[in-house]
Amino acid sequence: MSPSAWVENRPTAGRRALDWREVWRYRELVAFLALRDIRVRYKQAAFGMLWALAQPLAGLLVFTLVFDRLAGVPSDGVPYPLFVLVGMTFWTLFSGGLSAATASLVANSSLVTKVYFPRVAAPLASVLPRLVDLSVTLVLLALLLAVTGTLPGPQVLLLPLVVLWAVGLAFGVGLTLATVQVRFRDAHHALTLMVQLWLYASPVAYPSSLVPAEWRWAYALNPVAGLLDSARWVLLDTRPPAAPVLVSLAVTGLLLVLGVRVFAAGERRFADVI
Amino acid sequence: MTNAIEVEGLGKRYRLGEGLASGTLRDAVSDGVARALRRGGRSRDEAADVWALRDVDLAVPQGASLGIVGRNGAGKSTLLKVLARITEPTVGVSRTRGAVGSLLEVGTGFHPELTGRENVFLNAAVLGMPRAVVAARLDDIVDFSGIGRFLDTPVKRYSSGMYLRLAFAVAAHVDADVLLVDEVLAVGDAEFQRRCLGRMEDLGRSGRTVVFISHNLDAVLRLCSTALWLDGGRVRGVGRTADVVDDYLREATPDAGRRSFAEDPDSPVSLLGIDVREADGGSAGRLRREEPFVVEVDLGVRERVPGLDLAVSVETLNGVRLLDEALSDTAQSGPGPLAGPGRHRVSLTLPPLLMPGEYLVNVWAGTTYETLVWEHGAARLRLEGSHQARPDRLLAAQGVWTVTAAAPR
Ligand SMILES: Nc1ncnc2c1ncn2[C@@H]1O[C@H](COP(=O)(O)OP(=O)(O)OP(=O)(O)O)[C@@H](O)[C@H]1O
Ligand SMILES: [Mg+2]
Repeated sequence: MSPSAWVENRPTAGRRALDWREVWRYRELVAFLALRDIRVRYKQAAFGMLWALAQPLAGLLVFTLVFDRLAGVPSDGVPYPLFVLVGMTFWTLFSGGLSAATASLVANSSLVTKVYFPRVAAPLASVLPRLVDLSVTLVLLALLLAVTGTLPGPQVLLLPLVVLWAVGLAFGVGLTLATVQVRFRDAHHALTLMVQLWLYASPVAYPSSLVPAEWRWAYALNPVAGLLDSARWVLLDTRPPAAPVLVSLAVTGLLLVLGVRVFAAGERRFADVI
Repeated sequence: MTNAIEVEGLGKRYRLGEGLASGTLRDAVSDGVARALRRGGRSRDEAADVWALRDVDLAVPQGASLGIVGRNGAGKSTLLKVLARITEPTVGVSRTRGAVGSLLEVGTGFHPELTGRENVFLNAAVLGMPRAVVAARLDDIVDFSGIGRFLDTPVKRYSSGMYLRLAFAVAAHVDADVLLVDEVLAVGDAEFQRRCLGRMEDLGRSGRTVVFISHNLDAVLRLCSTALWLDGGRVRGVGRTADVVDDYLREATPDAGRRSFAEDPDSPVSLLGIDVREADGGSAGRLRREEPFVVEVDLGVRERVPGLDLAVSVETLNGVRLLDEALSDTAQSGPGPLAGPGRHRVSLTLPPLLMPGEYLVNVWAGTTYETLVWEHGAARLRLEGSHQARPDRLLAAQGVWTVTAAAPR
């Protein structure tokens, strides 16, 4: 056997960083973990992939009844059902990814305590299955767009970037919460509450144009606001997002950096305290 | 020869209590409030710390097999976790050379809803095997496991034995330069254990470095050229397996064969003491399998008990009764002097029947109508020696064989 390099394990001095090259080397594990989650979710489910539509459609129904019919909320000049479906699609992508990433370490605790792998593979793998749900919803959306004759503009080509934004945001916040959850099991109660409030604080069922102009900048501190404005512009050709979207983007970036920092700092004790 | 594993001044401290391990947010908040109210309360209680490893130094040459022995909680698994980089040491450093495969549990990452095939690929990915390699070895793995046509059945429909075999088959085909194995033999039947051991021997011969934890000292003796004895997180001994295991055994059973008991004031008969030793003297506790041994029981009889009888039974640690000998079995005219008041010493000499291992010696005394003394595990008996390559049997009767030319009947 050829003498290969030493691999060391010693106490970290100072701040830890995540080793992304190593994550790349473990990409097959990430893929298999994601695949496992997908298979397990759709196995023995009579309606299989159609369940992916359940949440966006339920939201569509309720919000159309309450906000459109009863409250008469405006919808940026597109049919309200389409408006809310795009909102729900990206909201579900974000909130579903966030819940999965938060639970990912505890859900894989036997792996965490029994084998070595870059820990960040777990939250990373847990957000990927959400893309399957997303593609199912997008097919439905495309059908609706075709039926109603609403055509997106050329900016539809930016769709992958918007998806990346939603996933990145879920991943970033999820990294922080997953680290907290390893220590405190009841963190998920807090998460459920937080996600519920966050939904109403985001322009899912109403347009952000409803927010008074002088508050737009503050409102954009909620990164989901900028995300949903962009998603609607990309898919429904509504008004292009205004300058506050940059605030949302910056906050997303900050949350990602924070998540990576918190995760990297907590990582070395995961196997001990989980 | 180059080393495959080096460990220097390694220490690992675990923190217990103080709401750190698997606490809840509520505890943390209330702890925090309580501490703030106390003002300047100690940040952490040093007594709540456990040093699972302390000052461990070790070097394992490439191609060697190292056995780790020690009591429960000695830090064996922790050492493996540090070597595998699952957890970080508190002080010191550990180094490994080449690909490390850790087998701390059979079937890590198996999911009940997935089929055998899917689990093979998943488990292999978890153990760090590239997909292409697994695909190429799938036939070998399936052969080894003997799962056959159940390959595409969800593993939740497997018997626990099938599940284990498949999981071990995957692990056995991992391409690691350094293989870390923790107590996987504790599960599975005798056949499974034999396969595991055989496979690990093969790996050792092919130049892999194997570190092996087991409470099955026989397996350690068979597999490992060197052994490490951990005790309370510290290295108590390291060197030739036979020597280390010997030292460990001597310490692990300090005179467990000799015990005394307090008199029972409520019973006319009490067990006062027991001693198990080799027939020709020798020390208590550690006996050679090839020699007869003596169980000596001291019995205190306060008042005359007509028909008093005494029995000594021997059982394995998992409760299989192998022998049960009563004083009245021997056709002498009854127990005689035992029934009268006084302190009696009764000894029973047993021929070398039992295989090496640990046994419990129980003492019963009573009459046909009532039990007056029942001491389960009154003494522990450890027999040492060779299994003579048949580890599955419990008894060796040493029957008499003859071979002669056969005349037609
Ligand atoms: N995650 C943890 N948090 C706190 N203490 C731990 C943790 N893991 C192990 N310990 C403690 O460290 C010590 C050593 O444990 P370890 O699992 O290494 O023992 P072991 O030698 O493998 O024992 P066994 O033979 O029972 O498997 C024990 O006192 C145990 O309680
Ligand atoms: Mg252990």
